[in-house]
Amino acid sequence: MASSSHGHGGATLHTDVHPFWGKLNWDALAFLHDPIILITFIGVVLGGIATLAAMTYYRLWGPLWRGWLTSIDHKKVGIMYMILGLIMLLRGFADALLMRGHQALAAAGYEGYLPPHHYDQIFTAHGVIMIFFVAMPFVTGFMNYVMPLQIGARDVAFPFLNNFSLWLTVSGAVLVMISLFVGEFSTAGWLAYAPFSGLEYSPSVGMDYYLWALNIAGIGTTLSGINLVVTIVKMRAPGMTYMKMPVFTWTTLCTNVLIVATFPVLTATLALLTADRYIGTAFFTNELGGSPMMYVNLIWIWGHPEVYILILPVFGIFSEIVPTFSSKRLFGYTSMVYATCVIMVLSYIVWLHHFFTMGAGANVNAFFGITTMIISIPTGAKIFNWLFTMYKGRIRFETPMLWVMGFMITFVIGGMTGVLLAVPPADYVLHNSLFLIAHFHNVIIGGVVFGIFAGIVFWWPKAFGFSLDPFWGKVSFWCWLIGFYLAFMPLYILGLMGVTRRLSQFEDTFYAVYFIIALVGAVFVAIGIAAFIIQIVVSILRREELRDHTGDAWGTGRTLEWSTSSPPPYYNFAFTPRVHEIDAFTHMKRVGFTRPSEGYMPIHMPRYTATGVIISGLLTVLGFAMIWHMWFIAAMTFIAAVAYGILHTFNYNRDYYVPADEVRETEHKFLSKLAEPAE
Amino acid sequence: MSATTANQPLEFFVTEDPHAAHGDHGGDHAEHHHETGTMLGFWIYLMSDCLIFGILFATYAVLGGNYAAGPAPVDLFDLDLILISTSMLLFSSITYGFAVLRMDKGDLNGTTIWLIVTGVFGACFLGLEIYEFNHLWHLGATPMASAFLSSFFFLVGTHGLHVASGTLWLIVLLVQLRMHGLTHANKRRVMCLSLFWHFLDLIWIGVFTLVYLTGVLL
Repeated sequence: MASSSHGHGGATLHTDVHPFWGKLNWDALAFLHDPIILITFIGVVLGGIATLAAMTYYRLWGPLWRGWLTSIDHKKVGIMYMILGLIMLLRGFADALLMRGHQALAAAGYEGYLPPHHYDQIFTAHGVIMIFFVAMPFVTGFMNYVMPLQIGARDVAFPFLNNFSLWLTVSGAVLVMISLFVGEFSTAGWLAYAPFSGLEYSPSVGMDYYLWALNIAGIGTTLSGINLVVTIVKMRAPGMTYMKMPVFTWTTLCTNVLIVATFPVLTATLALLTADRYIGTAFFTNELGGSPMMYVNLIWIWGHPEVYILILPVFGIFSEIVPTFSSKRLFGYTSMVYATCVIMVLSYIVWLHHFFTMGAGANVNAFFGITTMIISIPTGAKIFNWLFTMYKGRIRFETPMLWVMGFMITFVIGGMTGVLLAVPPADYVLHNSLFLIAHFHNVIIGGVVFGIFAGIVFWWPKAFGFSLDPFWGKVSFWCWLIGFYLAFMPLYILGLMGVTRRLSQFEDTFYAVYFIIALVGAVFVAIGIAAFIIQIVVSILRREELRDHTGDAWGTGRTLEWSTSSPPPYYNFAFTPRVHEIDAFTHMKRVGFTRPSEGYMPIHMPRYTATGVIISGLLTVLGFAMIWHMWFIAAMTFIAAVAYGILHTFNYNRDYYVPADEVRETEHKFLSKLAEPAE
Repeated sequence: MSATTANQPLEFFVTEDPHAAHGDHGGDHAEHHHETGTMLGFWIYLMSDCLIFGILFATYAVLGGNYAAGPAPVDLFDLDLILISTSMLLFSSITYGFAVLRMDKGDLNGTTIWLIVTGVFGACFLGLEIYEFNHLWHLGATPMASAFLSSFFFLVGTHGLHVASGTLWLIVLLVQLRMHGLTHANKRRVMCLSLFWHFLDLIWIGVFTLVYLTGVLL
């Protein structure tokens, strides 16, 4: 985000293009003029140096590289996705705080601290980061970590591809983060509507950062989608028919089908916009027969299913948590599955509701308005299923359950304002207003974010072998809940009063009180995030007290991931489970089972590889070079990436067998811990 | 293991050794399991690629009539040339089929020869496409000239890029076949490229019909 003194991106004027360095020159480091970014930069540099020094001092580079970065273990890949999500959440939320603070000042009659050009970059970065690099990595992380364990598999279908997908996502995130200091970011909003995102109106590198970051990350998401679909279809434990799969696995399946069926649309659309900017084609221009509305249609054909890609896995998380803490089987399993599938299909035929005001005509708007309202029916069915699961259940108000209940109330409110917006005449009034902003934050925070926190607390003991501290978890929950309502209810009111989105300056101080309340809400959320991090730190310090030796940390786990040790061994299951009923682990506990303590066999596992990291690193450089028009470097890195990829295919030695003795040793450790008397 | 409290004992774990029946590494259960996964995964990839072409077809359908006072298909396309390049691509699919038939017979040399023939046909197709693009460019019909030409070049060009990648893959695969022979892994790769190659044929039939035939004849 560059200083406003550069107006339309002074760092990127076309007059000065170096044959090797392209548009990159010292002007790109415009943050030196902007105190906010300069302070951030100094913080990042100091923090970075401290981290690097600490890692060197404690000799962590080798273990990090061998044990994590090159790992193709789905559990480690899942955890790395979650770490990416958490880091990017801090960045995205810093943007949110900046906006809330600035708007509160601006609405109260002050100038505020963000010039319009900088403000535009911040709301764009906030949206892009929160959707692509926070919500997506968190959700993908859960699907990666939990789903193979739930179906009794030892890894995903294509373990290397999984690692590669992760690093492609990281590559996109790195490019977005670089734009903070080198050059600037897009000002065109999170979906970069044409023609504003074209070269004529957005000549700076900001738009190119957006395009290359999303295209690289998007390819990673597509590959991950293919991988997880094949995993579910081909690698379920014997006996686990489709209608015996855990609901989270079902939602993972539907989500990844959606990913495979929509992310190529994003790739193609962004590629066409890239062509408009780099080659001068006329797809989305005002001239030469291009159609900007074509862009808006295409981007939302991807964009609407995308919001279901985020929410469906979270519905799955809630469907695992509610029965576990109600000590009852899920009410209406079959209806839950069908509701998920119906939502998956319907999510394709509602995209036009994002631009009713385009002028497609009353009949088209009516069709899309009605399909949008219909989606609320299966979603409502899910809410009732969770409520009926809780009804007469033995409910324990553990932290995950609090998040679920906060979700149910908040999400229903968001859903109702969504149905309201689905009425085209109402949408003509509320379109582009803060009412819309309040609505989608209501469903994304109240749905996706609450679900992510619920899931983290729920599966943390599985991943690390000790639970999270309940006190700080509850502090985090209540701060988020209160903060959410304080931050977004005023936005509904402001929207109804006609305040439009993306405003950095206000004529009238009448709105000040609402923006100040919203700022207070954002501060509450900030405390909630801080409490979440404190929760993790405190729990790590108290890990011996919070330790779980049983593998079934909550005592009422219902699905197969709770049947193995916590954390699971890298091969997940010493013996592949056999499934007879829904909630396989509950069934095992009910009829009584013993873990075999002999007869271990060698286990076939994939080898770790550095290829994913290396190719993604090359593609990051490629993206950066394309952004800055450094054609030579771009060509070289492209050739290198392709060559390395081809070289990788010459490696036929990709798997090995874990000796039976090693399996026996690992399993006996777990069994002896199990045999110790419970405290 | 078996439960005692239920009416009949239930097995909760797979305790028999899936590798016991197989001595060699290549034919074991896990490998076999994985292989079927690869074919399914490749199918799903092709469907996602199909969607990219779907977007490009849709873009052509919407923008293909916007000539911006420039040339129209009837002014530009030479159907005779396209007929030749189309037959090149279709022949290459047939010869790929022959290569797979030879592979099923375990005939490495036959497979190699038919794959080379396939690659030559593919290269001819690409050569004709480059010739056509170069010709259009010299007429001033560049992708920058109108939305019609933008969408034309991107639809046809994306297909061409796929054929080029397929040809590169074919060359790599030939090297690997000569190095390791018709192993399990190599057979799987031949089958994946086969799917890819036939898929590109299918896309081309759509291009030929929508872009060239309807463009010139209607």
